[in-house]
Amino acid sequence: MTVAEAFPAAGYEAPGYERQDWREVVRVGVMGGIVAVYLCLVGIVPVFDARPLISGVISLGEAALIGSLGVTGAVAARHAQTGPRNVVTAGAVAGLLAGIALSLLVIVGQLVNLRGFMLNASPQLYSLLTFGMGMAGAWIPVVAGALVGGFAGAFWLVPVRYRSPIVRGFLSILVLGLFAGLLRTPMLAAGLGQLARFLFAPEGLTVAGAVLTFVAVVGGRVVRQRLGVQGRLDALPEAQRRRLHVPFVALLLGIVVVLPLLLGPFFAQVIALVALYVLMGLGLNITLGLAGLLDLGFVAFFAVGAYTVGLLTSTAEFGLFDLPFWAAVPFAILFAMAFGAILGLPILGIRGDYLAIATLGFGEIIRILAGSDLLKGVLGGPRGIINIPKPIDVPSTNFLAGPVQIYYIAIVFAALIAFVAWRLRGSRLGRAWLAIREDEDVAEAIGINLIQTKLLAYMLGAAFAGLGGAVFAGLVGSIFPSSINLFVSINVAAIVIVGGMGSIPGVILGALFLIGIPELFREFSDYRFLFYGIALIAMMRFRPEGILPSRIVRRELHVAENAGPATVEADDPTPDRGTT
Amino acid sequence: MTFLAARGVVKRFGGLVAVNGLDFELAQGSIVSVIGPNGAGKTTFFNCIAGFYEINGGEILLDDVPIHHLRRDQIAHLGISRTYQNIRLFTNMTAMENILVGQHHHLTSTWIGAVLGTRAVREDEDRAHAEARRLLEFVGMTGKGDLLAGKLPYGDQRRLEVARALANKPRLLLLDEPTAGMNPAETHRMTEFIRSLRDELGITILLIEHEMRVVMGISERITVLDYGEKIAEGTPAEIQTNPRVIEAYLGRGGAADLGTTPAEA
Repeated sequence: MTVAEAFPAAGYEAPGYERQDWREVVRVGVMGGIVAVYLCLVGIVPVFDARPLISGVISLGEAALIGSLGVTGAVAARHAQTGPRNVVTAGAVAGLLAGIALSLLVIVGQLVNLRGFMLNASPQLYSLLTFGMGMAGAWIPVVAGALVGGFAGAFWLVPVRYRSPIVRGFLSILVLGLFAGLLRTPMLAAGLGQLARFLFAPEGLTVAGAVLTFVAVVGGRVVRQRLGVQGRLDALPEAQRRRLHVPFVALLLGIVVVLPLLLGPFFAQVIALVALYVLMGLGLNITLGLAGLLDLGFVAFFAVGAYTVGLLTSTAEFGLFDLPFWAAVPFAILFAMAFGAILGLPILGIRGDYLAIATLGFGEIIRILAGSDLLKGVLGGPRGIINIPKPIDVPSTNFLAGPVQIYYIAIVFAALIAFVAWRLRGSRLGRAWLAIREDEDVAEAIGINLIQTKLLAYMLGAAFAGLGGAVFAGLVGSIFPSSINLFVSINVAAIVIVGGMGSIPGVILGALFLIGIPELFREFSDYRFLFYGIALIAMMRFRPEGILPSRIVRRELHVAENAGPATVEADDPTPDRGTT
Repeated sequence: MTFLAARGVVKRFGGLVAVNGLDFELAQGSIVSVIGPNGAGKTTFFNCIAGFYEINGGEILLDDVPIHHLRRDQIAHLGISRTYQNIRLFTNMTAMENILVGQHHHLTSTWIGAVLGTRAVREDEDRAHAEARRLLEFVGMTGKGDLLAGKLPYGDQRRLEVARALANKPRLLLLDEPTAGMNPAETHRMTEFIRSLRDELGITILLIEHEMRVVMGISERITVLDYGEKIAEGTPAEIQTNPRVIEAYLGRGGAADLGTTPAEA
């Protein structure tokens, strides 16, 4: 019997009827079950279980499980027919199905040893799923699924103006719980120990902290709605709204400046890395965001910059001139630019996706060359170049010692690049880039030299990649071929795409998300690329313009939604065929 | 000296000969139309002049200098601008930005100058913006500079495309069906506008057009293409009575039905 026979066109054939579309509910339930089982088997649930979200109440792993069941119920409720009973049952049934999938996992896991090929199908996982009851508790996920799904369905009935603040409240608990450690340290350092201990346990939130967060966020949203703050903000003229932004921007800048002084050495290293990627993201932003050239060989120029600094400054074996760091940086930029020109010339006639593949090839060539026997006598082969001096030489007690100085240097350079990008955007060159991106043929016919203009974009991107490499060499103090890998290119491209092409705040946010967060969750590092992939897919699916897109990109990606009047008003497209 | 000349131009796409040994001359300051049935090779010929296609034989000369081997941007620098049959504006840029891009090679600022914000660059930009505003006014689009090109009404898009072409300060303007899809009132305005381009700015105009009222109204000479070959050339009056032209448009039978009566213009 096929699925269609089993559920004879429920709800479709008689439009007047409000019959449940069970097929949809079953589909959602099964999908939810697959996701939940997947989360268990790849180890996210058991590994995250070690990390408390609210100390002593709920762990991150449990939250992931309950969350997946809840989302299943909510999605099913969304697809259900109207009417409170329909919605709640749809949620409950979908949740039940997802729960059954988990139960099956428990039962199968107890009968057959899955650990041979699935490392995470451990007794610990089963005990987590059944509250320690083993086989006897196999019914627990089913009941839990139905309950959670039913609640989610019922929650879907709550009007949006209450539902949305509540969802935000839960999300805030999740975010604060995740970053508890990060927030606690500076608060303790800043003499807010009392408050820190009240809100945060050593790991995760305290119960009081969670309740307070929830109440504050929900209350804040409701008050905001009551007062109609958003409406009044939207009604303000553009200039005044901008003025309201000023204090926020000032506050953010203040935080950026003092941040490393409040954080410990580990976090300082993390934000130094984030700042370095912001710098490189802004560089690629010129190539990709403005000129639309997808360059996946960014790491090639990064390598040129890093090795240039290494060769010019190292006091060890392969160092040539023992120059100070700052004297080497201009050379790093120039060499990277020259490489950009040499590599760019033959390939810039290639269009679109093919260019990405060609640049990908260059990245790999440089990586292999750096580690090759051929250049071993110059670049040190796999041993690399060590003893690269710090940019600012201070005693180790100074606050600028270690990664903090790299952070400040990277921030200053990033600001410089942002300034350059901003100035270019409004110039003749920036307009030419945008035109090339929109229609190469027309741009050329208008008088724009394609090769020259593209090459300039490519070379500027290369220059900033070289600068990134130079700063990296200064941060690490050494450079090895293993640092020159494809993931540098992919990271930078992903930052620009996720953050929002062509947008400077987007790049900063992208770097925080894709570089900063994974570094903070080192214990979950096995899942780094899983989350990376999910984030990229979700981004492309739901928000292809990125988190904070530039005006131009937003326009491009939403043309379909607000198709211009051009097509509508051309109501007479067939010209009269004149007769002579 | 001939302003623009094509000598024995051949353009093949695989086995299809789109333009076959075409000879063509254009006098400076004239308005000339190229007409012909669908698929006659009119747009192909335009694309050969503007450097979109490499020709397979013959030569194209501007002021007796061969231009057919040049890149599109080099041809644009020589003062040849064009519009497109299906409008090809930079739809996600504003009307103003479209015209500013059109001025590209008349501006002098370098990227380093732009980054430093030198006085020369600022003055250059000011001039470019003033020129763009002037062109917007010239095409009757004052005040629409900040709108996205893709969101403009159809007629405005056609006009903006002309304004963008004019930003290049062309000597020769190639217009590919400038009135396609326009209503009679808009068509009339566009016709007057094209005439003013020649009368006021002295731009030589070569246009492809299907709307016979437009062709007969403003052309000084007409060239008729069919199957990639020139079948007739002359003044509007001559073309209207040419039996080969009538045959090409209506087929042999149609021509016989009409007999020798001149077709309605």
